[in-house]
Amino acid sequence: MFAPEIVLAAVLNGLMTGAVYALVSVALTLVYGVLHIINFAHGATLTAALFAAYFAHRAGLDPLLAAAPLALVFYGLGYGVQRFIIGPASHGEDRNILLVTLGLSIIIENLLLAAFRSDTRSIDVPYGFSTLDLGFVFLPLPRVIAFAVTCVVALLLWGLLTRTDTGKAIRAVAREKLGAALVGIDVTHIYAVTFGIGAVCLAIAACLLLPSYYVNPRVGNAYVLVAFTVVVLGGMGSVPGAMLGGLLIGVVESLSGLYFGESLGQLGIFLIFILVLLVKPTGLFGARA
Amino acid sequence: MSGSDRLTAYGPILAVAAALAVVPLLTGSNTVLNAMVTALLIGLAGQGWNILGGYGGQFSFGHAAFFGTGAYATAILQARYGVNAWAAFAAAVALGSLAGLMIGFLSFRSGLRGSYFALVTLAFAEVFRIIANATPITGGAAGTLIRLDVRPENFQFASRAVFYWIVLALVVGVLILTRMIERNRFGAWLVAIRENEDAARALGVDTLAVKLQAIGLSAAITAAAGAFYAQYFLFVDSSIAYGTWISVEALLVPIIGGLGTVFGPLVGALALHGLAEVTRLVAGRIPGIDLALYGTLLVLVVAFAPQGIHGLVRRLGAGLGMARR
Repeated sequence: MFAPEIVLAAVLNGLMTGAVYALVSVALTLVYGVLHIINFAHGATLTAALFAAYFAHRAGLDPLLAAAPLALVFYGLGYGVQRFIIGPASHGEDRNILLVTLGLSIIIENLLLAAFRSDTRSIDVPYGFSTLDLGFVFLPLPRVIAFAVTCVVALLLWGLLTRTDTGKAIRAVAREKLGAALVGIDVTHIYAVTFGIGAVCLAIAACLLLPSYYVNPRVGNAYVLVAFTVVVLGGMGSVPGAMLGGLLIGVVESLSGLYFGESLGQLGIFLIFILVLLVKPTGLFGARA
Repeated sequence: MSGSDRLTAYGPILAVAAALAVVPLLTGSNTVLNAMVTALLIGLAGQGWNILGGYGGQFSFGHAAFFGTGAYATAILQARYGVNAWAAFAAAVALGSLAGLMIGFLSFRSGLRGSYFALVTLAFAEVFRIIANATPITGGAAGTLIRLDVRPENFQFASRAVFYWIVLALVVGVLILTRMIERNRFGAWLVAIRENEDAARALGVDTLAVKLQAIGLSAAITAAAGAFYAQYFLFVDSSIAYGTWISVEALLVPIIGGLGTVFGPLVGALALHGLAEVTRLVAGRIPGIDLALYGTLLVLVVAFAPQGIHGLVRRLGAGLGMARR
């Protein structure tokens, strides 16, 4: 057994990691909730965002400062990809959307591989190895920042969804597509906006991850399976579910890493994933299958 | 069933088989044969996927789980337990099928469809990969080697032509099997499930049983491709056997060739690998460029030719017929 301080430190660290998982998952669940499809290009988009943040840093921009411009760029990309590629190419069939997003993920990942090879890159920031002393435990500063920013983004997102007309339209489309179209909501536009918001979350997550993590063309895959787990656990389409699920999975990973060793930490996640899918596919907060 | 009916059903298959069988007699080039063996191997894996995905409409994103089980089973049985190569091949097919039945039972019983089924198959393939990469019996990250000992009873041949004929025989066998399924009741049930599962159940189709049979058969065929892969290259590791590449190629070739058609996976595999070879000649060996091309093709096919090459040819034929009139 481990001393309580060590377990507590692992739990806190897990919460910090979990915050970024939550951000990545919120993007996935939001798109699912509105479009009712799983975006298989999610991981590749995150990888692309990590590369963007990496090159922004090379150009002299700290990842945390790069978050705002990158968010804008990725909003445009997400909007455009849904509006001009995924939407028209899939002819409104769910099976086709699955295949198109899978195709996009293969394209993005392998173009990155062709351009940058499979080298793993990381960056040095002045605060990369700083820690925050809470008295009983030291926390790595980049992760504390990530946690704080995620909370802010979550609040903004909540505000957007509940307090603005666009948010109302997004929720209307998620609830009842046809009805929304009948009251004059441009459904195609809202689809693309939702996709854009998802891409923004990923761009921010990438900027938060980069200082304490690395980037290579396949790195998004590790996150996307975690995000699938979180989304399924939290209930497909449920934003609060994705938030709580992300934090929970972060803690589970951290604890199973502590007790079973690093290489099996991920296995725990997948087992949870399969179990939830098999036993309760609607997840903890999902209303319907 | 009349004789001419049977001829129109199976005649084309035999003609294609005969045409492909003479390839090694026309060329002695190892490069060409090697490319053809690889293309047929992927075609075989895709034929497996096509039974479940093309006819049954259940899109698996994790057929690597079956390919890898076949590859590892044949390699481990020989390398660790000294089992005869042919017996190991048969066992690998059976174990792959078993893996399919297990995954199928767990997911179909809980009613997973569409996105959920794609997700759960993807996750199973990934779990298998992580386990194969970490356990000693599979050789861990170092993988498993089959000892080189070129003798027919070891399923090892000096000539690539023999490998070519074996994989061709497997492909042709599955072509015939697929045509048989298409023409019997099981095939009709399967298509009914693809078109409308609830309606099929309402009409009295035992959907769970049909889907289970389909995934068992589908997995067995893809596992045969995996076992052949191990036998041909004499090496497997977790990123080959359970890698995403094979899950992608297995679904890509039937989609490109023609989903739910007998020749779709074969046509798709030949087209795809022909294209990949051409790209390699033009662009050189840039890592990832062929897969990027595959992804582009997938998007283009879904967007512009939902029925793949098969549908294009058919539309072209119809167009010509109209023009003549």
